[in-house]
Order: sequence, then C-alpha cells, then structure tokens
Amino acid sequence: MTTTTRRLVVAAAAALALGLGATACGSDGGKTGADVAPTATGSASAAAPKLSGEVNVFAAASLTGTFTELGKKFETNYPGVKVKFNFGGSSALAQSINSGAPADVFAAASTSTMKTVSDAGGVNGTAANFVRNTLTIAVPKGNPKHVATLKDLTTPGVKVALCAKEVPCGAAAVTALKAAGVDLTPVTLEQDVKGALTKVELGEVDASLVYRTDVKADAAKIDGVDFPEAEKAVNDYPIAALAKAPNKDGAAAFVAYIQSAEAKQVLTAAGFQAP
Amino acid sequence: MSTRTASRSVPAGADGPSPGRPRRRRAAARLPVTLLLPALLGLGFLVLPLVGLLVRAPWSALPEQLTSPGVWEALRLSLFCATAATGVSLVLGVPLAWLLARTEFPGRRLVRALVTLPLVLPPVVGGVALLLVLGRRGIVGRWLDSAFGITLPFHTSGVVLAEAFVAMPFLVISVEGALRAADPRYEEAAATLGASRLTAFRRVTLPLIAPGIGAGAVLAWARALGEFGATITFAGNFPGKTQTMPLAVYLAMERDPEAAIALSLVLLLVSVAVLVGLRDRWMSTP
Repeated sequence: MTTTTRRLVVAAAAALALGLGATACGSDGGKTGADVAPTATGSASAAAPKLSGEVNVFAAASLTGTFTELGKKFETNYPGVKVKFNFGGSSALAQSINSGAPADVFAAASTSTMKTVSDAGGVNGTAANFVRNTLTIAVPKGNPKHVATLKDLTTPGVKVALCAKEVPCGAAAVTALKAAGVDLTPVTLEQDVKGALTKVELGEVDASLVYRTDVKADAAKIDGVDFPEAEKAVNDYPIAALAKAPNKDGAAAFVAYIQSAEAKQVLTAAGFQAP
Repeated sequence: MSTRTASRSVPAGADGPSPGRPRRRRAAARLPVTLLLPALLGLGFLVLPLVGLLVRAPWSALPEQLTSPGVWEALRLSLFCATAATGVSLVLGVPLAWLLARTEFPGRRLVRALVTLPLVLPPVVGGVALLLVLGRRGIVGRWLDSAFGITLPFHTSGVVLAEAFVAMPFLVISVEGALRAADPRYEEAAATLGASRLTAFRRVTLPLIAPGIGAGAVLAWARALGEFGATITFAGNFPGKTQTMPLAVYLAMERDPEAAIALSLVLLLVSVAVLVGLRDRWMSTP
C-alpha cells in the first residue's frame, strides 16, 4: 500500500509539474539563439532585429500607468510583439521571479529589490536605473487636516497609512521619517503603495506617504504635500532583462526602449525624475 | 454538515465490533481502481503542499524565527480574534440558524442564500463591503465615528468583525442542519409540560443540537484563524493590533521566505491540532 501511495504521489507531482511546464511553454514565443542585445542608445526602433512572441514584464505597482502606455507604444514600434504586464509590489515580484516565474523583464521600485534577483543570478548583464521617484504626503482633496510637514502627521487625531517596511515605498518612508526625526505611529502598514493610496482615497486615513507619481496620477481625488526630507529618501528604479527570459531578444529590446528618449518623455510627464 | 455526519456514521456501523478490521480491508480491495486512483491523486494534491512546507522549513533557524516577539504577538492576536469571532458567531448565528430551521416566513430561501453568501464570496470583496458600511466614511461607520468616536478599521475589533463575517455562515449552516435533524416533537412535549418556548429551547433543543453547535463553532474558529482577505482590506495591517498570522505570513513572504515558512508552520500546526482534536469529538455523533 505504501509503495503504491508513494508511486501515486510521485505521479501526482509529475502531473502537476507537467501541467506547469506546459503553461510555461505556452506563454513564450520560442527561444531564439541570438543573445546579442541591442544597446540602450537613441531610438529603439532603429536597427531592430525581427522580434516575435510575447514579452512578459514584471513591474512595480507604481509603474502601472506609465508602463501600460509604453507597452502600447513598444508594440507599435515592433509589430508582432505582445507585451504582457504583471504589476505588483516589487518585493513580491522579485520573489516570484526567484521562484521561476516565466518573466522576461523586471522593473523594480528600488535597487535593493533588484539586488535580491541579481544576487540569485537572475539578471542578464547589469540592471540599469532608468528613473527615480520621491515620496510625498498624500492627503484627501483640500487637505482637511492642514498637513504641511512630516511633523504634522504626528498630531493626535491624524490617521496615517504607511507602506510596510518590507516594500520599497515603506523602506523609503522609514528613511524619510528618520531624516526628519519624526517618530510616527501609523494605523496600518500596507502591502504596496497603491494600498496606502487607496486608504486615503476612501477617507479611512487622513494621510499617507506615497510616491509623487502616484499622487500625480490620482490628482482628481488626492492632493500632495511635498516635504524637504523626501530628498533623502530617493528611490531609483532599475530595469533588467532576466537571465531565464523565455524571449531574450524581446527582453533586451524592451529594456532598451524604456531607456529611449521616447520613453523618457512619457516617464517625466508622469512625474518621474531622471536618474 | 448533516449529510457528512450521516455518511460518517454508516461505515462505523458497518464495521461491526470485532471483525471490523478484515472487513474493512476487503472493502478497500473491492474499491475499483478507477475510483482509487483519482482519490489518491486528490489526497496527494491536498497533502503534498503541506509536506513541501515541512521539507523546506528552515529547521535550524526555526527557534530563532519563532522566538521573535512579532511571531507571538501575531499568534496571540490570531487566537484571540478567532475566538472572539467564534463568540460573535455563536451569539448571533445560533438564533439565526433557529430562525431558518424552525420558522416559516416569506423569503426564507432568499435569506438563507444571503446568509451563506460569504462562503462563496471572495473574502476581499467582503472586506471592501465592510469598509463601505463600517469604515470611517461608511453608512454606519460615519455615524459611529461622529457619535461615539469609534472607528472599526485599524482596530482589533475590526479584525474580529471581518473574521466573524466570513466564519459565521459555517456555524449557521452546521447548526441549521442539526436543528433540522433534531425532532421538534421533543420541544412540543416540553411545551405541553408547561415549559416556556425559551425554556424548551434552552433545556431541550440546545442539548440536542450541542454536537452540531460544537462542529459549527470549530469550523468557524478554524476559518476565522485563516482569514486574510477581509482582514487586510477592512482592518489593515499593524503589528500587535490588526496583524494576524496570515497577514504576517504574507508580508514576510515579500522579503524573507524563510520567516514566512516558519510562520506558516505554526499556523498549520495550530489548525491541524484543533481540527484533529475536536473534529471527532464533536462531529462523529449526529
């Protein structure tokens, strides 16, 4: 009985593995031999190799708006290529890449998050910082609690949401608060920057520390209050083609495109700064 | 629930007192392979991930991981909130089950469907719904805030409410099944002997359905212990106040998978201990 069970367990495992493998195969457009990546200079559409298939891009939640737009432009530049995005907390994305998720490109909201992937040997070449982002205080439209500085967040009766220190926006918040010498007790530690922003939008908290770009994207409902200590907590956003990318050419082309002049325009318009 | 308890009692009776073992073995041998194969695959599918947790556990670093104050804070909070949520479910759920099982009113089937809705609703949807009603800007929450200065989100009571929301249907279904299985003639007999309806419920009905209540309470407790989606959406995440074990596991997974595995082990252990320890006692008797 036990050997039968063991055999069956193995069979079940094999069946599962097979299923997963099939999905992985289905999602890429087949490998091509050429590893030579076009360099990140000038317009990406120039001298492009013939690209095909899908490019799976794992990107930080704070890149949702800009990357969706850039993905469409990239597809126009390279007809026949489809860009698929997986937006989320950078750390969670890094974990799934390290666990073997079939990703071609990773764009993180902090260099330390990218480092967890490159340390695991997951990055093809070196990661390049393409933009930087700073924090701002997000408050409901009209700033009802009259928040003007970080110190104001400690006023009794002001409820604050922060990102958990495990994710880049939380790490940056810790740095900024330390630089300002402000000891702040938030009511909640959210799992990504969008979570912290939503709590302000719903009116459940009076303020939160989020990226300047998030406030800009949500300007209809949210006001931003800039503070000087934000300069001490700058997050660089690195992007890299991944070592196990199923679509190596596509990955290299996308990384190059994000660093192109056309992409820079979109990113700066959204409030990102040049690295 | 009642069907499960019924089917459980059948093989126990068929086993008989002394020749039970050989007979059961023969029964297993007679099982067609076409059923046995998927059954064992199913077992493997459900158990293998848990085995994986044990295999990958950082055993040497485990004592260090588990003695960090954050772990015990989260576990203590989890146990407290799950128990409180079960309490809320008992106080509100048993009368609700009684209403569904013993009374006739128009729209009863609809009410029954609504009561069981949280069973199939994604918990995160429940959390959003709770936030819109009981949050600081919610229909009821706004009034709670202005009149009493109470805000339920970001407070332990919010965790209890979120857990009770997803766990109570388990109790209601279980108790309703027990009530339907219990013969109402006992209550009628008590009434003819002069007992008031409440006395009859307390002295006759309640003891009769005690196993059903127990089973429902255990299920509700276990469900509350594992609650994640509604909690993080409605109650937020703050250590010592609203960060229960599942939330701690999720955040640990972002940065430190080893810590996440260690935390998961604790939660797994507690859940298995409770289910194994209480399930047979409460759920085998009809």
